[in-house]
Amino acid sequence: MFCEKAIELIRELKRAADGQLPAFNEDGIRQVFEEMKALYEQNQMDVNVAKSDGRSDLIPTIKFRHCCLLRNQRCIAAYLCVFYDRLLRIRALRWEYGSVLPTAIRFHMCAEELEWFNQYKKSLATYMRSLGGGGGLDITQDMKPPKSLYIEVRCLKDYGEFEIDDGTTILLKKNSQHFLPRWKCEQLIRQGVLEHVMS
Amino acid sequence: MADTMGGFSDSEDESQELMTPAQLIGKLEEAWLNEKFAPELLENKSEIVECVMEQLNHMEENLQRSKKGDLRATIHRMETERIRYVLSSYLRSRLQKIEKYFPHVLEKEKSRAEGEPSYLSPEEYAFAKEYYANTETFLKNVALKSMPPNLQTVDLGKSVPKPNLDSFVFLRVKERQENILVEPETDEQREYAVDFEEGSQHLIRYRTVAPLVASGAVQLI
Repeated sequence: MFCEKAIELIRELKRAADGQLPAFNEDGIRQVFEEMKALYEQNQMDVNVAKSDGRSDLIPTIKFRHCCLLRNQRCIAAYLCVFYDRLLRIRALRWEYGSVLPTAIRFHMCAEELEWFNQYKKSLATYMRSLGGGGGLDITQDMKPPKSLYIEVRCLKDYGEFEIDDGTTILLKKNSQHFLPRWKCEQLIRQGVLEHVMS
Repeated sequence: MADTMGGFSDSEDESQELMTPAQLIGKLEEAWLNEKFAPELLENKSEIVECVMEQLNHMEENLQRSKKGDLRATIHRMETERIRYVLSSYLRSRLQKIEKYFPHVLEKEKSRAEGEPSYLSPEEYAFAKEYYANTETFLKNVALKSMPPNLQTVDLGKSVPKPNLDSFVFLRVKERQENILVEPETDEQREYAVDFEEGSQHLIRYRTVAPLVASGAVQLI
């Protein structure tokens, strides 16, 4: 039956948990487009025949296909909303994971979505660099109000020696835990050397 | 705070009112709360943003020069972190609204009359335009070009919802206002007027007080 594939696509996307990006259903969307194309071309043919031969008995068929086309159009409009919803989820990924996405997530995105993501992070970077008269400010940091000056961190990789403000050096070895000033650790946390331990 | 920041006011423009650092941060916090709670994008406050960033740089420099282990440095460090958080949060709030309502935000800015205050800073405007182009290209390539000829365009201005100006907001009155006209909620009610006493707090539809938020007569909370 016509339009079933389109509805199935929408259901599939609604089923995905909030915020998760399900895999891009390339086959499904292509089938919907093909169906729309076939319907449109068949209708064009029938309209021409009806006009030239005066075959008014074709009109119900044309009307029916037109309804199917409209229905597919509405489904596509809904699916565009879902594409847009996917886009919003992809945008959220930039804010959660940073500019390099985990490969597992990248596999769920089609080429156009990856392109959108790349453009988005470029725009965002340009904007952040221009803040405050050229000084720049990374607003993807400081997502939570600072609660304390010192934080508990665990070392994820061997880093070596690390000097803190009062002159003492700390040896950052894998799996060691330290109680360090927050501002000193931010850079290393971003780089993945340290991990903030929330108790 | 103020004693270590004595030199700050000298670096401001002669034409602007001189503000103490405390006043500046106060203005930042007001702008931050207003932006957070208003359903639409508010006027841009780039002067505040620039001044705050200048101040943050000052504070960072002072902290670099301070003696290691100085207790005051610790407290000032905390202060810079707080200010940086508020500033980032303010800018993020704005960016989120720009992205959410991008066709309308651009339309508003384009149709703004000469001399009217702008909603977008030049950087935000560039970002919004890029966002629009990026999203339009995406929709074209991923879907629209594969559709039958008569369905190949989508009017983003019509498809993307506008901010809901009728949502309710909490506010505190800073400057006394008289005769604020409140629209009826039901058919039985009639419109009536209230006076806003200084310091009083109200829950009201944003649409009614939008101009007061812009002028600073009320503060959203």
